[in-house]
Amino acid sequence: MHLLVCGATTCRTSESDLIAENLRREIEEKGLQSEVQVIMTGCFGFCEKGPVVRVMPDNTYYARVKPEDAPVIVAEHVIKGKRVQRLLHTEMAAQSAATEPKQTGFRRKQIRIALRNCGSINPENIDEYIARDGYAALGKCLTEMSPAQVVEQIKLSGLRGRGGGGFPTGLKWEIAARNKADQKYVVCNADEGDPGAFMDRSVLEGDPHSVLEAMAICGYAIGASKGLIYIRAEYPLAIQRLKTAISQAREYGLLGQEILGSSFMFDIEMRYGAGAFVCGEETALIHSMEGERGEPTNKPPFPAESGFLGKPTNVNNVETLASIPVIINKGAAWFASIGTEKSKGTKVFALAGKINNVGLIEVPMGTTLREVIFEIGGGIKNGKKFKAVQTGGPSGGCLTEKHLDIAIDFDNLIAAGSMMGSGGMIVMDEDDCMVSVAKYFLEFTVEESCGKCSPCRIGNKRLHELLEHITKGNGTMADLDRLRNMSLVIKDTSLCGLGQSSPNPVLSTLANFMDEYVAHVTDKKCPSGQCRDLMRYSVIPDKCVGCTACARACPVNAISGERKEVHFIDQDKCIKCNACFEKCKFAAVLIN
Amino acid sequence: MGKLKSLADLKKIQQESRQRTELRAGSDSNEGLVQVRVAMATCGMAAGARAIMDFFSDELEKRGIGAVVSQTGCMSYCYAEPTIEVQLPGNEPVVYGFVDLKRADEIIEKYIKNGELVEGIIPVNYETID
Repeated sequence: MHLLVCGATTCRTSESDLIAENLRREIEEKGLQSEVQVIMTGCFGFCEKGPVVRVMPDNTYYARVKPEDAPVIVAEHVIKGKRVQRLLHTEMAAQSAATEPKQTGFRRKQIRIALRNCGSINPENIDEYIARDGYAALGKCLTEMSPAQVVEQIKLSGLRGRGGGGFPTGLKWEIAARNKADQKYVVCNADEGDPGAFMDRSVLEGDPHSVLEAMAICGYAIGASKGLIYIRAEYPLAIQRLKTAISQAREYGLLGQEILGSSFMFDIEMRYGAGAFVCGEETALIHSMEGERGEPTNKPPFPAESGFLGKPTNVNNVETLASIPVIINKGAAWFASIGTEKSKGTKVFALAGKINNVGLIEVPMGTTLREVIFEIGGGIKNGKKFKAVQTGGPSGGCLTEKHLDIAIDFDNLIAAGSMMGSGGMIVMDEDDCMVSVAKYFLEFTVEESCGKCSPCRIGNKRLHELLEHITKGNGTMADLDRLRNMSLVIKDTSLCGLGQSSPNPVLSTLANFMDEYVAHVTDKKCPSGQCRDLMRYSVIPDKCVGCTACARACPVNAISGERKEVHFIDQDKCIKCNACFEKCKFAAVLIN
Repeated sequence: MGKLKSLADLKKIQQESRQRTELRAGSDSNEGLVQVRVAMATCGMAAGARAIMDFFSDELEKRGIGAVVSQTGCMSYCYAEPTIEVQLPGNEPVVYGFVDLKRADEIIEKYIKNGELVEGIIPVNYETID
């Protein structure tokens, strides 16, 4: 028998290590150590009900266990085989039989659709994909469904583009199908560029065939015989696995002529991007594939009308495509039963920043931010206080404490002043300065602006300069108005999605953290202590013993003082490098 | 196997492939092979998954344990890389995180040889579609 005790950070703060210790002691006292083992595990994903203890093999979950509960668990469950009703996980307690959680109606927060095969099959072996219903959806389309029926299923499923915009995928396919041409194209947009986002890379590296299958299905639905995957060259492993997958699919005749004995033909080629963020925008992506500069053009004409080489082109993101075979296999109604009214299915998020369980998660639309951050994500690192979460990367906005109970879907996030984006979620704690966060994202957009339209090229640069100004302590209240006005103009007048959304981090931090901006400009202080130029290092006379360690560490000789005398920091010379603070053994250096 | 000419050909591959995995897992008996899957996406590799995979293939052979060691994609537990999944014949798979060479050795000696769980387990916290 095994007793699994959650040893992840959140449960540890509720003394789960002590629980494990007590359990071990009880078991030893009863002389059961050869039969029963106590093991600390990673997060069970029920942090709000922690600490969690799971008993194996009978699969019982105990919730909110306290160290003093150890004797009763051992005496009742381990020895007598009776479950301790009082401690049973509530949803488990309703069920008398100890069965797999799945069968007890006990729901987990995460459902994996796009990530269904990631981490469980060998991505370089097509047979393993086929064993898990791989290419069955393509087979179903080719033998049982007309192209129009395939489009109809995708429309009914309510699937919306996972790359950021959230445009209904079925509608996109329908338009591309309607436009007549001698050649049409299916493009997979694998130009994942948001800082901190790596959902698409994981899908491509872990389950490349699901994307190939979906592209072929799309080809069948819209009447295209050619597929192109636009992927950034900085994803070498994803490229290698895609290439392997393409050649395996060709060998099996799942790509090429007369697929599965039908008259349908479809083949896929790869196109490499140089890593420009703007090439994630579909018109820029298409230009880049044509060998032109990766710059966006006005829509209309939409790619569905005139895309790659002027032909009707359907561009879908990796995660969108990865959901397609499941929709065909399990039906549109099944997919539409998951999620919220206007956003169906699941969404993959990349959790990053000051969160315990950094990683990928896939949750049904409608899950709250609180559930994602505090339950699945395991809460904030080092027990710090949650401050904000940035969704949608550099195009999104930050959401705060008051937004935590929002059900995540495309429309709710926009209403809250952010956006879904491709699924990056960067969590910030009390130590993060929101002005610096906005500056960081602006730095990214300034770097990535293609320069074609002036609001984005010049405006973002000016925004960044203003933020720089403020973090250096030179800002005024008028600058804050200027920030807001300029942001609104850039949003309204930029050509493509990059410029139309790049001021979002500024606008949302202004809306939610005005007090921090005011502190920077009026008090010349950074409340989180992140803006170096606003920090002042000084020596606390009572604590200084005159050991001279700080003076020797100072690279600019800003610290003076005799041996065994109180030292002094010259503010004009100080470069705020923090060396004195780190060196002082007596905590005599004060930062404010 | 050459080109698949029909849906029936695809179903055949599906069945053969499923049987192979079931046989390997020894689902009906305990005589199958131990299966070790190592998360080998870019992130896992950066965290040293390659060395862990080599360790398992070399050591399991040296220690005379019938096993299949294979690579897989991201298991999504970035905070706990390198991660591996071990499936003993007739058992549910178990995921271990923070696998270094010391823990890998422990997994072989304790879990694979005797079925004793060791530290570092990451419980399944999601549902997957059937």
